[in-house]
Amino acid sequence: MPERTLMSPEDMQRALVRIAHEIVERNKGAKDIVLVGMQTRGVPLAKRLATTIQGLEEITVPVGSLDISLYRDDISSLHLKPVIHRTDIPTDVTNKQVILVDDVFYTGRSIRAAMDALMDLGRPQSIQLAVLVDRGHRELPIRADYAGKNIPTSRNEEIKVYVKEVDGEDKVTILSPNKGATDEND
Amino acid sequence: MPPNLLISGGHILDPSQGIDRVADLLITKGKITWLGDKGTAPSQSDLTTIDATGLVVCPGFVDLHCHLREPGFEDKETIATGTKAAAKGGFTTVCCMPNTNPPLDTQTSTDYVKKTAEIEGTVQVLPIGCITKGRQGKELTEMSELAKVGVIGFSDDGDTVASSRIMSLAMDYSHALGLPIIDHCEDKELSDGGFMNDGWVSARLGLKGIPKAAEEIVVARDLALAQLTGVRLHVAHVSTEGSVELIRRAKEKGIAVTAEVTPHHLTLTEERIMDSQPKKHNQLAYDTNAKVNPPLRTKEDIAALIKGLKDGTIDAIATDHAPHTSVDKMCEFGLAAFGISGLETALACLMGLVHSRQLDLKTLISKLTFEPARVISTRYGELGTLKPGCRADVTLFDPNKEWVVDSHDFASKGKNTPFDGCHFKGRVIVTLVAGKIVYRADS
Amino acid sequence: MKTIEPSSSITTPETFPPPSIAVWQHSHVLDLDDFTQEEIELVFETADAMAEVLTREVKRVPTLRGKTVVTLFYEPSTRTRASFELAAKNLSADTVSLDASKSSIVKGESLIDSLRTIQALGADIIVMRHSQSGAPYLAIQYVNCSLINAGDGWHAHPSQALLDLYTIRRHLGTLANLKVTIIGDIMHSRVARSNIWGMTTMGAKIVLCAPPTLLPRGLDNFIANCQLPDVSIETEIEPALEDADAVMPLRLQIERQQSGLLPSLREYIQLYQLTMERLSLAKPHVLVMHPGPINEGIEISPEVAHGTQSVIEEQVTNGVAIRMALLYLIAGGKNK
Repeated sequence: MPERTLMSPEDMQRALVRIAHEIVERNKGAKDIVLVGMQTRGVPLAKRLATTIQGLEEITVPVGSLDISLYRDDISSLHLKPVIHRTDIPTDVTNKQVILVDDVFYTGRSIRAAMDALMDLGRPQSIQLAVLVDRGHRELPIRADYAGKNIPTSRNEEIKVYVKEVDGEDKVTILSPNKGATDEND
Repeated sequence: MPPNLLISGGHILDPSQGIDRVADLLITKGKITWLGDKGTAPSQSDLTTIDATGLVVCPGFVDLHCHLREPGFEDKETIATGTKAAAKGGFTTVCCMPNTNPPLDTQTSTDYVKKTAEIEGTVQVLPIGCITKGRQGKELTEMSELAKVGVIGFSDDGDTVASSRIMSLAMDYSHALGLPIIDHCEDKELSDGGFMNDGWVSARLGLKGIPKAAEEIVVARDLALAQLTGVRLHVAHVSTEGSVELIRRAKEKGIAVTAEVTPHHLTLTEERIMDSQPKKHNQLAYDTNAKVNPPLRTKEDIAALIKGLKDGTIDAIATDHAPHTSVDKMCEFGLAAFGISGLETALACLMGLVHSRQLDLKTLISKLTFEPARVISTRYGELGTLKPGCRADVTLFDPNKEWVVDSHDFASKGKNTPFDGCHFKGRVIVTLVAGKIVYRADS
Repeated sequence: MKTIEPSSSITTPETFPPPSIAVWQHSHVLDLDDFTQEEIELVFETADAMAEVLTREVKRVPTLRGKTVVTLFYEPSTRTRASFELAAKNLSADTVSLDASKSSIVKGESLIDSLRTIQALGADIIVMRHSQSGAPYLAIQYVNCSLINAGDGWHAHPSQALLDLYTIRRHLGTLANLKVTIIGDIMHSRVARSNIWGMTTMGAKIVLCAPPTLLPRGLDNFIANCQLPDVSIETEIEPALEDADAVMPLRLQIERQQSGLLPSLREYIQLYQLTMERLSLAKPHVLVMHPGPINEGIEISPEVAHGTQSVIEEQVTNGVAIRMALLYLIAGGKNK
């Protein structure tokens, strides 16, 4: 099963810097922005975006983490449960521009769950979505506002994002099995 | 008249006569006629031969203690179904306890059981009369009248006569009639509300326990009263080391006491309640099929009971067959009825002790045949023996036949057994009562 | 509502572990005797997430939407039943509560028949409390849905023990090597029994302190046969309390004196009541716990019950989080 690298550490860093610029441009600055990273790898990505934005605007953007396990639409049919990680958003999201940050954007179901979670936590003025990789195959009418790289894939391929803070290195790879493999759950 | 029968080539084991060898047995007109070397039987007209090669041939088993439930509890068992179960278990004589409804405390009810058994019973049924009216422990029954009907002894089984005074009067009365008092020894104040042996398993399961002392206190009391009155005391379902020791010392002192033990008390411990068997899963079983009174005890008690069998302290093995409906048993442990339906598994379960060399076959058969028969008055002839001239009550069993217990196959209405699914080695093949085949296993 | 302040000794990990699948093997929660340390830790971590939900203004997540949780209580209970019902509702499950003494579904019917009816009604999870030890073990043989034991007779009360462990962990970090003293009617206590399993699995040492008539006779052998070296027995309160990290007096039922197990309440109070003076024998950080309801003035003095060391109210809040965690972990696991 060959694993090919699609993005090097430098590619990832450049993409994140570009996204940070785009966020600042679209929101006309960094005031009232809250970055919320989706557990697990979205969280360090959100922190990096905050650092870059800090350098651009000299504003400390609050960063939170969001675990959507409790909002999944398939939880009760899973025999094995995902472990629930921290949901910790250090500021009220009401009237803020919340920017969800995730590593891979696929069917859209995670983002749907994340939006439900955010609505339970307050009333954001807007919710935007920043993803490192968009691999297509949306099952819901959700789009990313900011994407690092668009990588068309087929369903039996797997995109793996490695993040230094979690995996010890930065890279994005694709696994293309020759024989039928399981579809990656969102 | 049943046909003349030749039981040929079996291993004849009759402890009453000290016979233990391969031989032929001849039965004519429902009685044992002759026993001798293979092929040397005196010729007979109209002879049917049963090939007993590989089987043990012994006197039909005598059960001193079983519950046939009729009259009053026919949903649990009837005399018809209970005696069919007895036949399947190799028992040719059973003594039924009087805790029926109405209880066997009058001539009428006792006679009913006798007559019904004569018509519908598959094996011989001998009634036991109550000690006290209604088993209330207050007034003696008309023991003399009951003796006339044919009771083999008196018991309030299920209950104990709590008052020592009433018990001593009962013993005096019964002694004069030459009949034994069979006591279910349980101090109800101590055991009250308990569901199983008071020990580590009851602590673990959060169930109220019945301490061993509850049995031993009454055993000691009864032995003292037996010494006082001279009556023959028979201690029912002994379950503890302490009871065995008390009975042993009493016998040494010459007190006229006999004792019985059940197959389940010889083979199962209190842990059986916790663990299903064969062990199905790691979860606690709270198995109501192992709920019995007296309760299953510990392996120390089992060792003492087996020793008691071997050294003669315990005279008989009796099933205490106690059938119940599924409604009575398929419920919370605390609410379930006490009792094990044991007639059909008795031999197989006991053969486990023989195969594991804890008990020899001769002792086992002795405790199932002529030793229990000795407790019964001779009014019913000599039971538990193959002596020529005696009624041909014979059991043939295969000591090595392997089989799996399935309570659905029981002839008894009571499917409540802790041995369901157990692999046993040893099975009754043919049972004869008065020379007639009352049970034959399908090959 | 009082917010829970975790102690600062609980570390917030800087690194983020990769998402993992839970190692959860239970279709039912009957007792803690078959829970591994990992499984108990998993309950704690899940309860942490649930506790966070309980701090929100909208204390609701859609996790068990469309699932039906039936509480079936054969014994009266306000707090445990309310706790389970709130937990279920917070997870957006539908709840049905059956009080066996009043409900015609169950009154006069055998337990097995009642359970079959409840299952036929569409219950996904049954939360059952029963006065007979072992009732849930009977129940699971006859239902396909999941069952959580909310207390059976004297035998087990796993959710209570879990919330007790969780409460201690929130204050003292780890349970390993802590001395936890339980005082009171051990013989009849399902809370004590489940805590024996839970505490020893997590490495704590447990001291059971009671008058001799309220200790099961087979307790020594139980401890020995189940290989629980960290469990010890005391009939005197002072050595039991010495250097304890947590103390849990149990409710003394008045009926115990009436049934002859105790000479008088007065003597019990004199020998076993948890007073401020006796509490000072324990460690300075000692936690005072109680499964409730409290008999103030009997097993515990009012000063201690409402004092600074008491975490009794917090136990109740933690109870909702723990029960949410159990419902979450149980839901979806089909009975084999």
